[in-house]
Amino acid sequence: MRTILKVGAALLATTIVAGPAMAQDGVKIGIMLTLSGPPAVLGEQAKNGFELAVEKMGGQLGGIPTEIIVVDDELKPDIAATKARELVERDGADFVVGPIFSNIMQAIAKPVTDAGAFLISPNAGTSTFAGAECNPNLFVASYQNDQVHEVLGKYAQDTGYSRVFLMAPNYQAGKDALAGFRHSYEGEVVGEVFVPLGQLDFSAELAQIAAYQPDAIYTFMPGGMGVNLVKQYRQAGLDTIPFLSAFTVDETTLPAQQDAAVGFFGGANWAPDLDNEASKEFVAAYEEKYGAVPGTYAMQAYDAAQLIDSAIKAAGGDVSDSDAIRAGLRAADITSLRGDFKFGPNNYPIQDFYLVKVAKRDDGKFETQIAEKIFDDYADNYASQCQMAK
Amino acid sequence: MTNLLLLQALNGLQFGILLFLVAAGLTLIFGIMDLINLAHGVLYMVGAYLTATFTSLTGDFFIGLALALPAALLFGIVLERLIFSQLYDRDHLEQVLATFGLILILNEGVKMIWGAAPLSVPIPDILSGSVPLIGPMRFPVFRIVIIAAGLVTALGLWFLVARTRIGMLLRAGATNAPMVSALGVDVKRLFMLVFGLGAMLAGFAGAMVAPILSVEPGMGNNILILTFVVIVIGGVGSIRGAFVAAILVGVVDTVGRTFGPIILRSLMDPSAASQTGRTLAPMLIYILMAAVLFARPSGLFPKAGAS
Repeated sequence: MRTILKVGAALLATTIVAGPAMAQDGVKIGIMLTLSGPPAVLGEQAKNGFELAVEKMGGQLGGIPTEIIVVDDELKPDIAATKARELVERDGADFVVGPIFSNIMQAIAKPVTDAGAFLISPNAGTSTFAGAECNPNLFVASYQNDQVHEVLGKYAQDTGYSRVFLMAPNYQAGKDALAGFRHSYEGEVVGEVFVPLGQLDFSAELAQIAAYQPDAIYTFMPGGMGVNLVKQYRQAGLDTIPFLSAFTVDETTLPAQQDAAVGFFGGANWAPDLDNEASKEFVAAYEEKYGAVPGTYAMQAYDAAQLIDSAIKAAGGDVSDSDAIRAGLRAADITSLRGDFKFGPNNYPIQDFYLVKVAKRDDGKFETQIAEKIFDDYADNYASQCQMAK
Repeated sequence: MTNLLLLQALNGLQFGILLFLVAAGLTLIFGIMDLINLAHGVLYMVGAYLTATFTSLTGDFFIGLALALPAALLFGIVLERLIFSQLYDRDHLEQVLATFGLILILNEGVKMIWGAAPLSVPIPDILSGSVPLIGPMRFPVFRIVIIAAGLVTALGLWFLVARTRIGMLLRAGATNAPMVSALGVDVKRLFMLVFGLGAMLAGFAGAMVAPILSVEPGMGNNILILTFVVIVIGGVGSIRGAFVAAILVGVVDTVGRTFGPIILRSLMDPSAASQTGRTLAPMLIYILMAAVLFARPSGLFPKAGAS
C-alpha cells in the first residue's frame, strides 16, 4: 500500500546518477492522508495540492533533495499510528504532513513528535492540541475546527436570524460543530437533530424543517452525507430557507451537488476566487493539472509545503537542526495563498475567515465564492491555555 | 402535527419500497438457494453506478435506466456463474467469508473505475420539483415515482411468483430444492435466473435512488443490514413477507425517528429527551425485529415446511 514518489524529473535524474545515498543529505517528508474509502477525495485534494507546490519549487523543498513518501491512513486510528511510527522510525521522515481527519490526528501526533519529527496538519485542527496540550513540534496549517462553525454562528447572529434549526451527525465532531455555532449565536434554536453517522436519506429531518419553518438552518454534514442532504433539501422545496453549513458544500462535494447547492452558504479561510495573485495562479495550475477546482484541502496542503520550504531555508538546509527548523516554521515567512497568515502561540494559524457562497462559474464548473469577511486575523479560543514547553 | 405524521408516513413508505426492492432478491436467494449473500448490497451500488454512467453517456435518465437494468442482470449472471455457483454446497460461514471478500473487492473496483468522489445523477426535468401537501409541507415528485415504481414491481413479482410456471418452480424450490431437482427441473438454470432477477431488482433500487442520493463506493453497505432485518422479520424466502416487513421497517424507522423524541419530550425534560431519543431512534427497528422474532420465531410469513 506504500507508494514512494520521487518528485520532479530533475530529482529523478540526480537519483539515477548519484544513487540513493543522495537522499541522506536531503529531506524526507511523509504524507499521511485518507486515500481510500468514500472520504478519499479529501485526501486526494491535499495530496495534489502538496505535490503541486513541490513541483512549482522545482521538485525540491528548501533547495535540497526531497523524497516524498505517501501513505494511506485508511481513516483508521490504529493503522494510522502504526504507519506514522514506520514513517518516522524506519523511513526516517523529518516531516509528516497529515492528516485530514481529527481522530487520526489524535492517533499520530504523539508517535510523530516523540520521534523528533514535525507534524504539519493540512486540515485537521482539533481543540486538544490547541490548548493546554499544545505541542512545539505540531503545526496546523489549516484552522482550529471550531472556528469554521463560529463563522456561521456569527453570520446568523449578525443577519438577525432569530429561529434556527440545527442538524449534525451523532458523533464528537457533530456535537462540537453545533457547540461552535452556538458559541457565536444567541438566538433561539427551534430544533436540534442528530442523525446517525453515514445516513443518506434525510426525508424525516427535512419534514421537520418544513414543519418548523425556521429563519435558517445550520448543518455540518461532511462528504456523501452533505451531497445527499443538499440535493434532497432542494427537492423538498425548502430552498426558501437559507442553508448555512460547514464542510457540507465545498469543492470536494460540489461536483456531485452541482446546481442543487448554488446559493448555499459555508464558512472557510479561503475560496478559489480569493483576489490575490498567488491564489489565482494556484487555482489555474491546479485546474489545468487535475481537471478539478481546488478546495481548502488543496490550498492548505500547498501552504504546508511552503511552510516546510521556508523552514528548511531558514535553517540553512540543515534539517537535523530541530530548533532552527521550528523557529523557521513559527516565522511562517511565506506568501500564503489565503493572504494574511501567521501562527499563534499554540502553532495554530491566526487568519481571516469568510462566509462563502456556492456559485456556478461561466465555464459550467462549481466553486465556493467569498460573500463577506466575517472575522479578521481571528485566533482560536484555546490559544491562551497553551504554555509551550521549550 | 398530523401534517408531519402524514409526510413522515409517505417518507416511510418510500423508504420501505426501496428496501423491498433490495430485499426481494435477497430473500429469494437466501430462501431458494440457501445462500447467504452479503454482497447483495454491492449489486445495489452497481445498479446506481451503471445508471449514472449510462445517464451521463446518453444524457437521458430513462434511456440510462433502460440500459442499466439489463446490464445489472448480466452482471448478476456473470457473478453467479463465476463465483456464487461455487458456493452453493459450502456451509454458511464460507459463504459469508467469500461474499464479504466480494464486497471489499467490488467496492475497491468501483473506486478504481469511477473514482472515490460521489457521482450525481440529475433528476429528469418532468419528475423534478415537489407537490404541495398541506400548509408548508411539500413532497418531491420523484419520491412519488419511486413509490409507484416499487408498487408496480411488487405487483409484477407477485404475478410472476403466484401465477406463472417459473413462479411455481421458485416456490417449489424454496420449499424443497433437492426434490425439485429430482423431478427433472434444471435447478442450475433456475438458480441462475433467480440470482439474475435478484441482481436486477437490487440494481433497479440503486437506479431509482441515484437521482436522490449520491452514488458512491460503499453505498450498498448501509442498506444491506436493513435488508437482512427485513427478510428476517418477513420470513426467509417469502416475497410477501419481504414486502410487509419492508414497509413496516420503513415506516417505523422514519416515523419513530421524528416522533420518538417528540413523545419523549412530553415525558421528561427536553435535553434528556433529545439525548434518549437520539440513542433510541436507531434502535427502534431492531427492537421491532426482536419483538417479531419473540412472537414468531420464523418471521411473519414463514415458508411452508420450514423446520
